Amino acid sequence: MTLTETRPGSTLPETPDAAEAAFRARRRRAKLNTGLVTGMLVVLIAVTAHLGDFFKMVQVTLDDGSRDWRWIVLAGLPRLGEFIALTLPSISFESFAADIVEWFWRWQVWLRLLIETVLIAFMATTFGVVGGFLLSFPAARNLAPNAWVLWLSRRYLEIARTVPELVWALIFVFCFGVGPMAGVLAVGLHSAGALGKLYSEVNENIDMRPLEGVRAAGGTWADQIRYGAVPQVLPNIISYTLLRFEINVRASSIIGYVGAGGLGQEIRTALSFQEYTDLSALFVIIFVTVIVIDYASEKVRHRVIGMEADR
Amino acid sequence: MYQGRLQLRALTRRFGAATAVDAVGLDIPAGQFVGVIGRSGAGKSTLLRLINRLIEPTEGQVLFGETDITALKGKALRDWRRACAMIFQQFNLVDRLDVLTNVLVGRLADRGFFPSMAMQFSDNDRADAIAALDRLDLVGQTLQRAGTLSGGQQQRVAIARALMQRPRLMLADEPIASLDPGNATKVMEALRQINEDDGLTVIVNLHTLDTAREYCDRIVAMREGRVMFDGAAQHLTDKVVRDIYGSDGLDDFSEVVTSTKVKISA
Ligand SMILES: Nc1ncnc2c1ncn2[C@@H]1O[C@H](COP(=O)(O)OP(=O)(O)O)[C@@H](O)[C@H]1O
Ligand SMILES: [Mg+2]
Repeated sequence: MTLTETRPGSTLPETPDAAEAAFRARRRRAKLNTGLVTGMLVVLIAVTAHLGDFFKMVQVTLDDGSRDWRWIVLAGLPRLGEFIALTLPSISFESFAADIVEWFWRWQVWLRLLIETVLIAFMATTFGVVGGFLLSFPAARNLAPNAWVLWLSRRYLEIARTVPELVWALIFVFCFGVGPMAGVLAVGLHSAGALGKLYSEVNENIDMRPLEGVRAAGGTWADQIRYGAVPQVLPNIISYTLLRFEINVRASSIIGYVGAGGLGQEIRTALSFQEYTDLSALFVIIFVTVIVIDYASEKVRHRVIGMEADR
Repeated sequence: MYQGRLQLRALTRRFGAATAVDAVGLDIPAGQFVGVIGRSGAGKSTLLRLINRLIEPTEGQVLFGETDITALKGKALRDWRRACAMIFQQFNLVDRLDVLTNVLVGRLADRGFFPSMAMQFSDNDRADAIAALDRLDLVGQTLQRAGTLSGGQQQRVAIARALMQRPRLMLADEPIASLDPGNATKVMEALRQINEDDGLTVIVNLHTLDTAREYCDRIVAMREGRVMFDGAAQHLTDKVVRDIYGSDGLDDFSEVVTSTKVKISA
């Protein structure tokens, strides 16, 4: 073999000068590509903004009662301030404790619903993990026993995750009536789809040799998965599962809006009765809960990763 | 223990236009130690995989005793795979499982679905696994993760797993190609011992001629999917070797690039 060996379509440079020139040419091509992609993105954003009314002018009423034309964003921003101001409770220094109690006046109901929300998220995550985990093996290209099974399990996962939780919740409330059961099914189904996809991508990147070893020892397909694949993917699965639990807490706190249990129903009540300070109280409750769960699951995740590394 | 004769009849495997194994006929009596040699791409791995049906043949037959191996399906096929244990160049262990569980994988063909999924094995199986590990001098590593062992140790774990299968035939695909000379010798000695003590047929792909000469009763040399030589080591002359590897290919396969020679000086 000599240095001047060629492959079709590419020539290895022979001299330092040639190498330098080839390098510059490649840089030029890379720059051109970057420029093209950037240009396309800019056009795309501009079109989207136009369709989304970002450039629209609207009429606003000024303080003196006269009306004038304003750019929509500038016209709308003050209203955001108004809305926030509406939701803020009046808390004074003298009557601080009483004001807080006043702000969270429905705390008994909210606490019960908060627990319900977390439980919905917990059960839904459990369903999602079991469903997603079981389907992630037939839905992985390298592991599916045949093309049919691959196709079916992939389509199932796709449908489950493409339909948003809120829509599943509407459907299940229709089927099973108002209550947390519809919520568990809705969030569970959606997260089975989302987790199944993530897990199956992990599965597609595993080392196949251990599976071949199990097969050569007379193992069934299930044996190959259990002994060859599962030990390889377990740390990733635990990690994704904890992340999903956080997402599901957020999802469960909104699905009550359509009657599927949890805090969401209070958001709806507050909006329809124009109890705006309740909204901020609910926001605070969800915010604090999510932060606590984020923090706890991060701890657990690091624990798991640490345990893995120690073994 | 019943030992069968292994027969390959016009065994052929094509991948698209390429013929990896081309009408191979071999008759291997029970208890023989057979070495398969040839340059990389000669079809050695494909041949072994055809024997235990990790790959399906395009044409031809494999017979073991009276049984037509190429016709087996389902449970019977899994039982056959279990009966001809396979050792791989890259060991093919489950790195994240401990050594004991890796060895117990050799008993999976006996287990029902639920005990297998729960990784439940009988006390008897566990005792056998530890005995197999003891035989390969690995009892100290029983609870260690397989991935943390050295290459030589991993290959011996793979042999222990193979022994757990209570095999009638042992296939080894370049078992020492990733090992240093000391470990390579240990692994080859283990195979020889299994061959002599248990009377198992051993078929081993090798990339070094001296190892083949040292251990094998019979050498089969392949080139481009066909058997070019089949006989005792002393008949494998330099001229035959040159025919097999081609004059330019001899560099790939120098007798100097040995793997088990160390044993002789040690
Ligand atoms: N799965 C496969 N798909 C396509 N070609 C293959 C496959 N496995 C082996 N081959 C081809 O078959 C030939 C023999 O390969 P192999 O049996 O691995 O040879 P060896 O083990 O002697 O190096 C090679 O040319 C290889 O490229
Ligand atoms: Mg090979």
